[in-house]
Amino acid sequence: MIHRECGVLKTTYAADMALYPLPIARWTVAGLAVLFGLVLPFALHEYYLSIVNLIAIAVVGALGLNILVGWTGQISIGHGAFMSVGAYTAANFAVRLDFPFWLALPLGGLMAALVGAVVGIPSLRIKGLYLAIATLAGQLIIEWTINHVTFISGGVQASIEVPRPTLGSFVIASQLEMYFLLMTFVVIAIVATLNLMRSRVGRAFIAIRDHDIAAELTGVNIFRYKLVAFAVSSFYAGVTGVLYTYYLGIANYEQFQIVTSIDYLAMIIIGGLGSVLGSIFGAIFVTLLPILIPYAMEAFGGLFMSQAAVRNTIPNLRLILFGSLIIIFLVVEPEGLNRLWRNIRNYFRFWPFAY
Amino acid sequence: MLDWQFFVLLMSNGVLIGLMYSLIALGFVLVYKATDAINFAQGEFVMIAGFVVAVTLGAYGAPLPAAVAAGLAAMIGLGFGLERVVLRPLIGRPIIAVVMATIGLAAVLRGLGPLTWGAETKPLPLPIPDEPFILGPLFIPPIQLLGAVVALLFLAVFGWFFLKSRKGVAMRAIADSQQVAMAMGINVERYFALAWAMTGVVSALGGMVWGNLLGVDVHLSLVGLKVFPVVILGGLDSILGAIVGGLIVGIVENVAAGYIDPYVGGGTKDFAPYVLMILALMIRPYGIFGKKIIERV
Repeated sequence: MIHRECGVLKTTYAADMALYPLPIARWTVAGLAVLFGLVLPFALHEYYLSIVNLIAIAVVGALGLNILVGWTGQISIGHGAFMSVGAYTAANFAVRLDFPFWLALPLGGLMAALVGAVVGIPSLRIKGLYLAIATLAGQLIIEWTINHVTFISGGVQASIEVPRPTLGSFVIASQLEMYFLLMTFVVIAIVATLNLMRSRVGRAFIAIRDHDIAAELTGVNIFRYKLVAFAVSSFYAGVTGVLYTYYLGIANYEQFQIVTSIDYLAMIIIGGLGSVLGSIFGAIFVTLLPILIPYAMEAFGGLFMSQAAVRNTIPNLRLILFGSLIIIFLVVEPEGLNRLWRNIRNYFRFWPFAY
Repeated sequence: MLDWQFFVLLMSNGVLIGLMYSLIALGFVLVYKATDAINFAQGEFVMIAGFVVAVTLGAYGAPLPAAVAAGLAAMIGLGFGLERVVLRPLIGRPIIAVVMATIGLAAVLRGLGPLTWGAETKPLPLPIPDEPFILGPLFIPPIQLLGAVVALLFLAVFGWFFLKSRKGVAMRAIADSQQVAMAMGINVERYFALAWAMTGVVSALGGMVWGNLLGVDVHLSLVGLKVFPVVILGGLDSILGAIVGGLIVGIVENVAAGYIDPYVGGGTKDFAPYVLMILALMIRPYGIFGKKIIERV
């Protein structure tokens, strides 16, 4: 029986250490691979595909931020700035030096990792609230720098147009082609995060989050691992920024302002701190929210007010809903959507018994 | 203009603007001092207060005292309500939770303000003349002078409150150790509510002064971003620190803007305070007057 957890006999260490030790988990992953690889891209309309693409980009960034906040316990309100560093680095390399996408992407990530590690230096001395404020300062300073240094931002409007990514001589242009490109990075990001958290480095992150002094006593080099956490997380952020840039065809600082940082924080809080699945849930939720609210408002809002008034209220309504959701999740369900999902799953696992 | 006159002008402007920043920073410090909670929504408090006063004055044509009373009442109510609904359930939870809750609160208020009162910029007319006083090289707009006077007044009032009054001493005891304060028979939750109400009062006055200076719309909340450099420099839990931090930030940003802006094309004002803050965090994270017990690695 593939869906049973008992009776799974592991005879090797490799089987015991496997990412998905249960047959049902392996079948689920295979099923999802078929769904996302073969069914969805060809069944969905171009518009829906573009939404999935936006979610895919957000998943990479949310995973990165979750490594820092959820697993290592270091707050960062500067994630949007790290994305912009990646975006502008890649755009500059692509436009000035004619670097292909495949080179610009890791370069953007590495530059973001470098900047992230520098912004993370205060974390060696301070934590909690003070660190949150320090990263907020990092966000504002990076934003200002990119905006005012024309060498980086390319002058007018502080935006740089980038060419489409290519694979050999094949140009990736349509939503469908973009979908497969982005999904590749999502899969890499998920697998990398899952494995990172099983490794020595990931365990060190978790130890620092749970009790930094105890971690230091057990031989974890806190200074090093905190900087590593900032660097890894910023690398993800940089890659997210590059993906955004290539997806939109333009690097624009307005995509990476402080609001973006807060959006990503909301993703991991609503989704669930310190969980891969939670990052994905959160990315889906927060990306869909601004898309679904206009639908709902145009359907029902017309009952109370004029269409023009409805359109004016949508951005405000989005902010209100978004903020309330953060507060509600923090107060009522701190472990986020991931916990809700686990509750549902456990219910069916034990069914028909209550415990 | 002579060089020294230019410098003196920048300094005096910095002092006045800085004291107006202190007024907002005071609200942050009051909450942090008594409850250990962080209010990332301080700027949004100011915005909401500005909206209430401006709308009461403008749309309903109420007299100024009534508008001020409405603003104070609204902000005190907001303070009480938020403490009850949002902050109290988060007592004892990790700091990330409180930080994020107030960030979420900021988003809600930023949406709620324009949704309720409209997005266009509203004037907030106070019965204060527009013409600046000119004293030699100095050039002092009356509204800034008023803001500075109010800030100093509050410094004196809260200084007396925390040092001498019974309630103030109780609040300091709570800040020191909530458990011990509870054991001594202090109703901790009621003092939390009081602290949030006091923040409401300070924010209401800040909203009026800043709203008069900038006009009331959603951008008024951006003033709140200046709170962090101010309180980090002064010390998170020090009322005197809020004033001194405000002075430093005001002077630094004005002088820096005066001398650097011509070379980089503007925007130094929004940049210099944060550089200063990063330096302060690296060298003296608890600020000039802050308690030396801080979360350290």
